[in-house]
Amino acid sequence: MNHQFNWAVLWEYRELLLAGLKITIQLSSISIVICTVLGIILGIMRLAKNALVRLFASAYVEFFVNTPLIIQMFFWYFALPMMLPETLRFWLWSHNYEFIASVIGLSIYTSSFIAEAVRAGIQAIDKGQREAALSTGLSGFQTMWYIILPQAVRIVIPPICNQYLNLIKNSSLAMTIAVPEITFQAQAIESYTFRGFEAFTAATLIYISLTLTVSFLMSRVERWASKGQRAVVA
Amino acid sequence: MTSHQQSYISVCPHCRQPITPSDERPSLEVVQADSAPAKPQRNGEPIISFRQVNKWFGKLHVLKDINEDIYPGEVVVIIGPSGSGKSTMLRCINRLETIQSGRLVVDGYEISNPKVNITPVRAEIGMVFQHFHLYPHKTVLENIMLAPMKVRKIPQTEAKSIALELLKKVGIPEKAEAYPAQLSGGQQQRVAIARGLAMRPKIMLFDEPTSALDPEMIKEVLDVMKALAREGMTMVVVTHEMGFAREVADRVLFMDGGSIIERGTPEHFFVNPVEERTKAFLRQIL
Repeated sequence: MNHQFNWAVLWEYRELLLAGLKITIQLSSISIVICTVLGIILGIMRLAKNALVRLFASAYVEFFVNTPLIIQMFFWYFALPMMLPETLRFWLWSHNYEFIASVIGLSIYTSSFIAEAVRAGIQAIDKGQREAALSTGLSGFQTMWYIILPQAVRIVIPPICNQYLNLIKNSSLAMTIAVPEITFQAQAIESYTFRGFEAFTAATLIYISLTLTVSFLMSRVERWASKGQRAVVA
Repeated sequence: MTSHQQSYISVCPHCRQPITPSDERPSLEVVQADSAPAKPQRNGEPIISFRQVNKWFGKLHVLKDINEDIYPGEVVVIIGPSGSGKSTMLRCINRLETIQSGRLVVDGYEISNPKVNITPVRAEIGMVFQHFHLYPHKTVLENIMLAPMKVRKIPQTEAKSIALELLKKVGIPEKAEAYPAQLSGGQQQRVAIARGLAMRPKIMLFDEPTSALDPEMIKEVLDVMKALAREGMTMVVVTHEMGFAREVADRVLFMDGGSIIERGTPEHFFVNPVEERTKAFLRQIL
């Protein structure tokens, strides 16, 4: 091996890396918010009394869990606009549509995994909790909001955290539809300088610091959500 | 007492009509045994009325032609072997179980009609479960305050003073800020009773409230229930505590195989039961 490392190119192209980091953070955080909301709604829908609602939610989950994310991204980016009226299509294309399409792709894909976690979390709560809450006169919605979900949150935080980490890593697929995020920029630096090792090492380290930060934050959230339950021997 | 609290007590939450004195709910004050008011006589309409009620779990016929009237102020104790349908009958009263045929009227609502919204009826019925079912993520105080604040829309400060008063009544005011997991079983059950009372219900349902407790904790829960009975609360109690039934019940129902086999005063029931099955049951447990 006689490769001469030149880490200076990273400093030289720091603007690109920082711009990529900014896009990755934007893409991931917007998608995390949307997929969480969608996932909770779908998880509850999978347990609905109405069979039609249940069927819809199950079909949604099965469909998006069982198709590759990159195909879904291509669909949202290349296929969907073709179904739209021409003016809307051109409007989208001139308004950063690749970013919007990747948010849609990441959110919907991840929401179907989160829905499964939420469903399992709700089912893990003793049905006596629901009965006790209903017996005091709380409505079905209030029971879900004040009693079931807060307890389910504690259970579903670890699996949901895993999905957030997957989402951050999966956001690298957005480069395939020309979103200039971290992987895209690392690729760009490689093609400008032929310094692939340095560029992708930088991208790797950036992803690791992002995911470790999210893991840390989620463990704090988990501690907060477990108040009461951890007090057993206090 | 603030003026707001006053209006909350004296106006019916459903029809917004002032409540006449005869409807007045039991006060929150701790009533000493010797100063307890006399038991109200059976008067007027029953507050719970079963007519030809039937229920199946799949093919299993768990309630068979139940007919029973329970009047305001009565303490009715339901006993019987396990699987006899007593808990199911109790759970029908606030529609935790639905019935398949017959008529069930509670507090003037025909709850056997699936179109009747059960939520306002449940607000008038407190329920205490075998396994307490306190909310583990909320403090004792929050457990008690939740329903009054969210259902009755009582302001937080007032809900808190109601909750503290109830905790005093059940004898554990010092546990207000504790979480359920920090309490003993008996304490948890007393909090559960306080949670049920916080809505100032007209009826309290008890589903084997002492069955999950260690023997030394049973008394503290029964004492709270006895005090409640003396205040004139309408109570329906499923229990295996024969001492409680004998001492507190106005009437005892004996169920077996989904039917009410025998009913009567505790004296009738424990001293000269008529039915063979009742006698057999009593021989086994007494």
